[in-house]
Amino acid sequence: MLGQILYALPFLAEGFAVTLWVSLLVVVLSLIAGVLLGVGLVYGPVPLRWAVRIFSDTIRGIPILVLMFFVYYGLPAIGLHLPSFWAAVLALTLFKTAQVIEYLRGAVGSIPKGQSEAAMAIGLTFRQRLTYVIFPQAFRRFLPPWINGVTDAVKGSALVSLLGITDLMQAVNQVIGRTYEAMPLYILGALIYFAVNYALSLASRRLERRFSFIRE
Amino acid sequence: MGYALNFNLIWRHFDKLWGGLLLSLELAVISIAIGVVIGLVLAVWYVSAGRIVRAVIAAYVEFIRNVPLILLVYLVFYGLPTVVDLAYSAPTSFVLTLSVYSGAYLVEVFRSGLEAVPRGQLDAGKAIGLTPWQRLIHVRLPTMLRITLPALSNTFISLFKDTSIASVISVPELTFGAQWINFNTFRIVEVYLVTTAMYLVTGYAMLFALRLVERRFRAAR
Repeated sequence: MLGQILYALPFLAEGFAVTLWVSLLVVVLSLIAGVLLGVGLVYGPVPLRWAVRIFSDTIRGIPILVLMFFVYYGLPAIGLHLPSFWAAVLALTLFKTAQVIEYLRGAVGSIPKGQSEAAMAIGLTFRQRLTYVIFPQAFRRFLPPWINGVTDAVKGSALVSLLGITDLMQAVNQVIGRTYEAMPLYILGALIYFAVNYALSLASRRLERRFSFIRE
Repeated sequence: MGYALNFNLIWRHFDKLWGGLLLSLELAVISIAIGVVIGLVLAVWYVSAGRIVRAVIAAYVEFIRNVPLILLVYLVFYGLPTVVDLAYSAPTSFVLTLSVYSGAYLVEVFRSGLEAVPRGQLDAGKAIGLTPWQRLIHVRLPTMLRITLPALSNTFISLFKDTSIASVISVPELTFGAQWINFNTFRIVEVYLVTTAMYLVTGYAMLFALRLVERRFRAAR
């Protein structure tokens, strides 16, 4: 049994690399999209605010699995052909973007109004106000929940196995298909996911403590 | 684009979605009920326990929260029966998994609620001569519940959405019904639009109902 598992390790490592790659793409892309849309939600004109609000509430209101099947099977139906890897990344990114929007809204909303008004009074433009006054303060509130949310991206990435992508989850299933050693391999897979995510949540907790001085 | 929406086939097979939604709700309600019991017992135990018990409970919580639910579902359905002499159906297996999974999340919610109960309330309970058990039932738990209700609502709704994972072991809940219609009629966009609407309406109905409960308890203060 141990021999078979050792033999499978390089294959699992390849799957793990895919898991990390998917997670990284999702985290980076959703951070960019989420911050832009989040700023739109807080400062944008009313139609944009409504659009972002509806987007976020809809995406967060449905299971990530349904969103993934919708994107994966639905895009080709309307004539858009994406490789399954990118369809999966797109679906997971949409989901994560909605979360980032809410983190940003919460973080920016926690900055007292007086800060904005003071910045306006000294004649800063909108972009300067965001760069020099709002974001540096909001960043400290944004970071801990966001890092904690990275674990959701890693866990969510396991769903790409359902679209035939050989990530860690799929690699585990394939090794079990060959060796019939279900329990040891599922436990091994679980431990790998755990190691990554637990490290991330520890980092999030440390940052939270590090920034706790701003809880006035 | 050459895609014309046609919902006729969806309505013809709507029983797959409706029956699926009812099963999703059933899975969610049973799992959450068991999860609440696990969560309450372990949270109360945790706050009064010694270091070893705390470490064990924390290990359970951290392990479950940091592993993908789909892996746990496979582990319980395909893995567990190979090492223990048990036979169970896919729905039972999923309920078992989601209960243990929700228990881990709920321990966290209840634990932080218990720690937020003001010390003075417990002292007051002691002062009027309540036994520890009475303090727990009449002071600690009700106050904790009021504090945790908003977090509790969010957890319940997210657990309801997690029932979609049951489709990977062929439990015929809502997502499974949607996939069935997807593969058999190819009315792909339509079926996922309807499914999305069904999840949204159910989720927001739950949220609305839970908000009413929250408001009611807030008024009782």
